[in-house]
Amino acid sequence: MGRALNEGLRRALEDDARVLIMGEDVGRLGGVFRITDGLQKDFGEQRVIDTPLAESGIVGTAVGLAIRGYRPVCEIQFDGFVYPAYDQIVSQVAKIHYRAAGKVRLPIVIRIPFGGGIGAVEHHSESPEAYFAHTPGLKVVACANPEDAYWMIQQAVASDDPIIFLEPKRRYWEKAEVETGRPLASAYPLHSSRVVRPGRHATIVAYGPMVRTALDAAAAVAEDGRDLEVIDLRSLSPLDLTPVFDSVRRTGHLVVVHEAPRSGGLGGEIAARVTQECFYSLEAPVLRVTGYDIPYPPARLEEEYLPDLDRILDAVDRSLEY
Amino acid sequence: MSNVPASTDGDPELVQLLTPDGERVSHPEYDVDFTDEQLRGLYRDLVVVRKLDAEATALQRQGELALWASLLGQEAAQVGSGRALRDQDMVFPTYREHGVLYCRGIDPLKPFRLFRGVEHGGLDPHENKFNMYTIVIGAQTLHATGYAMGVAMDGKVGSDDGEAVIAYFGDGASSQGDVNEAFVWAGVFNAPLVFFCQNNQYAISETNERQTRVPLYQRAAGFGFPGLRVDGNDVLACYAVTRRALDEARHGQGPRLIEAFTYRMGAHTTSDDPTRYRIASEVEAWQAKDPILRLRRYLDRIGAADDAFFGEIADEAAREAVELRERVLTLPDPQPMDMFDHVYVDESPVLTEQRDEFARYLATFEGGHHS
Repeated sequence: MGRALNEGLRRALEDDARVLIMGEDVGRLGGVFRITDGLQKDFGEQRVIDTPLAESGIVGTAVGLAIRGYRPVCEIQFDGFVYPAYDQIVSQVAKIHYRAAGKVRLPIVIRIPFGGGIGAVEHHSESPEAYFAHTPGLKVVACANPEDAYWMIQQAVASDDPIIFLEPKRRYWEKAEVETGRPLASAYPLHSSRVVRPGRHATIVAYGPMVRTALDAAAAVAEDGRDLEVIDLRSLSPLDLTPVFDSVRRTGHLVVVHEAPRSGGLGGEIAARVTQECFYSLEAPVLRVTGYDIPYPPARLEEEYLPDLDRILDAVDRSLEY
Repeated sequence: MSNVPASTDGDPELVQLLTPDGERVSHPEYDVDFTDEQLRGLYRDLVVVRKLDAEATALQRQGELALWASLLGQEAAQVGSGRALRDQDMVFPTYREHGVLYCRGIDPLKPFRLFRGVEHGGLDPHENKFNMYTIVIGAQTLHATGYAMGVAMDGKVGSDDGEAVIAYFGDGASSQGDVNEAFVWAGVFNAPLVFFCQNNQYAISETNERQTRVPLYQRAAGFGFPGLRVDGNDVLACYAVTRRALDEARHGQGPRLIEAFTYRMGAHTTSDDPTRYRIASEVEAWQAKDPILRLRRYLDRIGAADDAFFGEIADEAAREAVELRERVLTLPDPQPMDMFDHVYVDESPVLTEQRDEFARYLATFEGGHHS
């Protein structure tokens, strides 16, 4: 997936001379996850910019560059380091188009490797998506596989609205063939969710790193004759829940999975809307399998904290037995 | 007690070309060469800007504006720097730069629309090379820095036609992380940017001592670019230092910091009560340094203007104020449905659904208003 993102960024840089990449260590080093590997060498220091170590500065200067006509792609090194930029993102990036009554556009992408599962120290495993999904003016997406990573990053760069682009860092090393020959316009729409495994008995909704976990869970029970549908949300703001409604109307059971803490998380929003739209189809309450309402625990405990195959299947059992 | 050395007239660290008494003094590095007509023009700017500001404060008191951030006392800093800009230069203001906005040729009604609550900004920054007001303290300095980096990337520095950028902020903002980050970035990227700090002595109620251990202009040295302090109530000096700094920036010499040492004669905003934190004698001492009075004395002294001129300008300012008042009072309110516009370039179905929901709700009320 890391390579797919790299190729996607490369193509974005090639396609539009106004596209810039900026962040800490993105140049000579190629980023701590090597997502921008080789890009500075090929596109120069003016377009792939090693910035001072200041996140608010990265996003704040990206605003000015965007006003000037550039299309900056900012890298925030880790999820837990985005907060110094939070004010610029929430008060400026999200609101300037509105403040200007449409006379200013901010085509800014803020890439954030997010989520846990890599045994990291504190601040390197967080899931801050709800903060951004709750902010009008931002769009928030999360890729879950190499194919989507390649296309979604290009679509995000092409978007005239600012986008928080969440990358499931523990899936960076996941491998798959990506068909790169098609035009960008033919790619699956950026803000649409997708059924990634059809099923009849219950619906699992996930995004980012949890899509793989949900698929593994579905595969594990398939031979027992339990047929789970898995939906990859892909877009967290706006949410595209039409496929979820359709699915729940068929299955009657919904389990939402995310790594982020439960209270105030996206799972609650999804549950509320599914309840509103599919009230008479639901055969059980919508269940959530999420991180707990605690700060991200030390790495030795993260396997306990993170939703895994067993916790998902336990929730499916509870839903089906309701 | 203060550990920040205060600037006084005659301080060699303070660039001054016009004393409070209206005496023209020379400075070893800075000078201006204005015709009498240009000097009268500056006087006119100062008077009009002050008058419109007073009108705004009155309108707020009468309940016609939600709030007003007065520039009273800072006219010279704003007109001097504002008139020093060349057409191609770009401005990133705070929310108090009504004088700079005026110099930029923008309809003075614009900030009234914001403070009346008709809109949040609604301005195309490219139209008059003036960005929207920014209310979050210091945030715009980073935007200015990024914009200036873009100017350099576009190859628009290095000649007389080069573009420069000016970022306004205040003494309080100098404590903000964003401002300090902007200093770092502008320095390391050699951005064509002038940081223009109006040190009006107060961040609402807090004095300079709560923001800094050193005079603010000296901060620049630590970031690797020059800084200077100018008499912010001296329109000639403000013009001279800003003009020079912008020209140096446009020629590729990198950022500069100007600290315009001035005084906020009024309240922070109309919601503030300065009598709670400062004494009358301090205000009186600064009244003696008034920016308009000193230019008037100078014009008088050199015979460039007479009482008839001063009276004419006063009348003209009053007429502009009356006209502006009328336009403020007749500003149409935005329509309820307008609040859904321009959240996104490409609106999401989720928002459209809420827009439609609100429209249906509104339609249940006679006339489409529920208030």
